[in-house]
Amino acid sequence: MCGQQINGIEMVRADKIVKHFGSLTVLDGIDLTVKRGQVVVIIGPSGSGKTTLLRCINHLEKIDSGRIYIEGEMIGYREVNGKLVEDREATIARIRSQVGFVFQRFNLFPHMTALENVIEAPIHVLHQPKAEVKERAVALLEKVGLADKADAYPHKLSGGQQQRVAIARALAMNPKLMLFDEATSALDPELVGEVLKVMDQLAKEGMTMIVVTHEMGFAREVADEVIFMDHAVIVEEGTPEQIFDNPQHERTRAFLSMIL
Amino acid sequence: MFRWDIVGQYLFSGLFISAAWTTLWIAVISQTCGVIIGLFLALMRTSRYPWLSLPARFYIWLFRGSPLLVQLLLLYFGFPEVFPGLVPYITIYSAALIAFSFNEGAYMAEIVRAGITSVDPGQMEAAKSLGMRYPLAMRRVILPQAARVIVPPLGNEFNNMLKTTSLASVIGLFELTYTAQVYGSQSFSYFELLVVATFYYLILTTVWGYIQSYIERRMDPNRLTATELKAQKSWTQRMMGFGVRT
Repeated sequence: MCGQQINGIEMVRADKIVKHFGSLTVLDGIDLTVKRGQVVVIIGPSGSGKTTLLRCINHLEKIDSGRIYIEGEMIGYREVNGKLVEDREATIARIRSQVGFVFQRFNLFPHMTALENVIEAPIHVLHQPKAEVKERAVALLEKVGLADKADAYPHKLSGGQQQRVAIARALAMNPKLMLFDEATSALDPELVGEVLKVMDQLAKEGMTMIVVTHEMGFAREVADEVIFMDHAVIVEEGTPEQIFDNPQHERTRAFLSMIL
Repeated sequence: MFRWDIVGQYLFSGLFISAAWTTLWIAVISQTCGVIIGLFLALMRTSRYPWLSLPARFYIWLFRGSPLLVQLLLLYFGFPEVFPGLVPYITIYSAALIAFSFNEGAYMAEIVRAGITSVDPGQMEAAKSLGMRYPLAMRRVILPQAARVIVPPLGNEFNNMLKTTSLASVIGLFELTYTAQVYGSQSFSYFELLVVATFYYLILTTVWGYIQSYIERRMDPNRLTATELKAQKSWTQRMMGFGVRT
């Protein structure tokens, strides 16, 4: 477990988040706090709202009410005369550039090589000098075990390799927080391990992570806190031992019995 | 009685080479402007601001819903009557280029829009999650991928444009068709000169066809490299485009 670097700073705070898709309520008053260095894993059946919650955190989805703060700064909205108004794109983009997001379907840029994928945002968003970025990118690709694939195009890489490049791409922006949206769900089983290994390493290095996953083994080994969501609410949260070995709620027990 | 000697006489004449050149440059400029107009229209059309999307939709409806010929006649004959101030600016060349460009812009808008929407929405999400703003994401991530879907229909549009230039004959512009008509009726060899014009149209469209194939093959990410290709196919097969990996 990686509690050693949790030092009390709130990296993410979500207050009473409500979101509807039409008549369907997908988030029904979610409260969430993640401290720096914490690894929070969210589990739950599909449709529970866990992916939507993650996407609300970096404002890929709008919220209907509630507030989300990233290191104390509200994302997506600002207060104007006591009301919440959608924030300017520039501000949202700036906050997003410090939050790494890893998608289920990788979403690598297919017209660029692995290396070009990794250097793209630091150069064009952060305006960092190309030579410096390239060096860092090569180091990052090495870190995820893909140094020899720097000049490969995504379609020539396996799913596990693509996802590791995607992680390197997110890390290149030096994020303070990493969000993983079912990062291994689209992978063949034999490729899942290599990605989980990278995520585990990140956790050990003290990265603040919110991970939505079905990989219970990973949750048990790596998480500081596990949150179980179902039908738009947080049903139960606690340490991995509490959730997996001693679930309090019926729904939690039902879900775990189906999975484990 | 068909006179081949007349055909031979005019076939490589300066008259027709010049007319073919006119056809070509009018087509190229009109298509280029059409693509630029189409790109702007497509971006306006997909905008979330109605003050951008509605004018774009109106333009597209107007120019795709009425005949190009009528648009050309309206511009060349109609406008100078109603707006005398425009008279010095409306020549046969400007009228043809403007009419062809504006019309083509409406069609290109739909092609570009199809290209943009063909890009996986996950791409824009990935770009945004890295902190890219919309214009940057469009420029670096979306449009380069949209290009792959836009280029084949664009090639077909240019093929059409080469032939559409013949409409400029109704306003007296000496491209291939009008040249054949005027000199043909003068010398009573109408039929033969139209054959000559046809010959040039075929040359232009055929050469463009080869260029188009070449470009499309180069854009295919699954294409075999030169070495892989040589190992597998004969020269004829490669020229005829059998090099694409399925």
